[in-house]
Amino acid sequence: MKHLGICRERDVTFLKKQAKLVRIEILKMLALAGSGHTGGSLSAADIVTVLYFSKMRHRPDEPNWKERDRFILSKGHAAPLLYAVLAMTGYFNISMLKTLRKLGSPLQGHPCSRVLPGVEISTGSLGQGLSVSNGIAIGMKIDNLSSRVYCLLGDGETQEGQVWEAAMTAAHYRLDNLCAIIDLNGLQIDGPVSKVKGIEPVAAKWSAFGWHVIEIDGHNMEEILNGLDEAEKVKEKPTMIIAHTIKGKGVSFFEGKVEYHGMAPTHEELEKALKELGKSG
Amino acid sequence: MEKADKKTKSTEQIAESKGHRTQGTKKEATRDAYGDALLELGKKRKDVVVLDADLSGSTKTEKFAKAFPDRFFNIGIAEQDMIGTAAGLALSGKLPFASTFAVFETGRAWEQIRQTLCYSNLNVKLVATHGGVTVGEDGASHQATEDLSLMRVLPNMTVIVPSDGNETRQVINAIADYYGPVYVRLGRAKVPMVMPDDYEFKIGRAYAFRIGKDANIVAIGIMVSIALEAAKILTQEGIDTGVINMSTLKPLDTETLLKAAKACSLIVTTEEHSIIGGLGSAVSEFLSESHPMYIHRMGLKDAFGCSGTPEELLKHYGLTEADIIRTIKTALKR
Repeated sequence: MKHLGICRERDVTFLKKQAKLVRIEILKMLALAGSGHTGGSLSAADIVTVLYFSKMRHRPDEPNWKERDRFILSKGHAAPLLYAVLAMTGYFNISMLKTLRKLGSPLQGHPCSRVLPGVEISTGSLGQGLSVSNGIAIGMKIDNLSSRVYCLLGDGETQEGQVWEAAMTAAHYRLDNLCAIIDLNGLQIDGPVSKVKGIEPVAAKWSAFGWHVIEIDGHNMEEILNGLDEAEKVKEKPTMIIAHTIKGKGVSFFEGKVEYHGMAPTHEELEKALKELGKSG
Repeated sequence: MEKADKKTKSTEQIAESKGHRTQGTKKEATRDAYGDALLELGKKRKDVVVLDADLSGSTKTEKFAKAFPDRFFNIGIAEQDMIGTAAGLALSGKLPFASTFAVFETGRAWEQIRQTLCYSNLNVKLVATHGGVTVGEDGASHQATEDLSLMRVLPNMTVIVPSDGNETRQVINAIADYYGPVYVRLGRAKVPMVMPDDYEFKIGRAYAFRIGKDANIVAIGIMVSIALEAAKILTQEGIDTGVINMSTLKPLDTETLLKAAKACSLIVTTEEHSIIGGLGSAVSEFLSESHPMYIHRMGLKDAFGCSGTPEELLKHYGLTEADIIRTIKTALKR
């Protein structure tokens, strides 16, 4: 399998181009599947693009490489985003993306690690990924590995109690090889997070739980890269990057629309969206 | 560590038992045997890590914790997080044992076990103590009487309930050599040694002390010793009764079960658990399709436990030797 453009450098132009291609793949596979989570896949697209195309050390042709950095998609409903970056970096053939959510496909509605190489752990039931990330981070410390763990959470997801159990565990065991990221797009299925059940003050909460907290614009490549670099330098504490994002980012008529949390684009919407993405950048 | 072979041979062995049984003279709680076995395993295997949720003194993982502080992780009172952390450690190539009370491990963290452990088929060993009503005075909140049912329903999960200390030690070693999620239920109360000295535990293999021509009791956990006492008396009274230790509840040893079922006219299951979903259900599900016959399930009849001494509680819920004898006599008259 070929490495398709993993770049360990801070090439912002390259990363922006990749993020746009990632968004195109997300929209195409969702429209073909006819169902799935559009909004939250698009909101985290820039962050996950930076991780897979620049920040993380990983080997798509050797998915179980012991020294790899790990990415845990705790917000498992953003599966299309994970599948897009895995395919584009060479974990499997990009043509497989069109099998999303189809019977027999390894591209399950939510990620399943038993059937798809590159998926570290099955997710989809919210609130569980941070605990798993802690366990991996502890294991890396036992083995004296310099590898790092990245965990992406949704903002609504932090309403789950287990997230805060895990927050305490990471701080207690001083997991400085762990960097979690909250995709703070402000919307969840039933409406704005602030109306469903508010989670603010987010930064103060994580800080009070003993984490190093960084706030960034989750669509600014420079800020994403800087945040991840800063996290790497923190000692004795886990880092939480609060990424301010826009749900549905990249497609004007999806942006900030709560109804596109769990709805796929129609074929007409896909055409319109692809035109928009084609014109931008 | 106490050794089985040091015990004196009992004269009260069940007739025709395949091996010698050293029984009666010494009692040991299966949780104590676990503490010892885990410590020994930790010495042999550096990949073993242990997690607990603030109950290491009761689950006996504290022995491991004291010997190997760098491989022991107290996750605090956070069972859901403990399961996830154990999963992560397994993903790092470790062999995690995660322990707490059975009701919290399987109940509080059930969906974490389903999603993160079983769906991903991770190599995590859940060894829970305080199974059943013999927890005693703490009452229903601390007595797991639904755990077997909750674990048995999960794909990829193996479910084991050892009957005594020696079997527990063998179980811990056997699951360490087996890949996949495993649930082991242990008890708080001391129980007599029941398994013969030459007994070898194998995952998925039941042990038939003997097969009766009138009735066979399929028992699990602490109920094995009680079933043996009942069978002895029944057999003396002319009702030929056998006992099977179904220590692996899942996968069920259907071969041994079928052999016992075909030999007799009555199967009685007995467990310190709800009659819904556990051993009684597993046996009934299999036999109703393969060899329909009369099966009587003994256990908690859709009820919670309560406070009392272990002995009082076994009596209260109809799980004594006298209850088994009465049940079998009544059922055979049907």
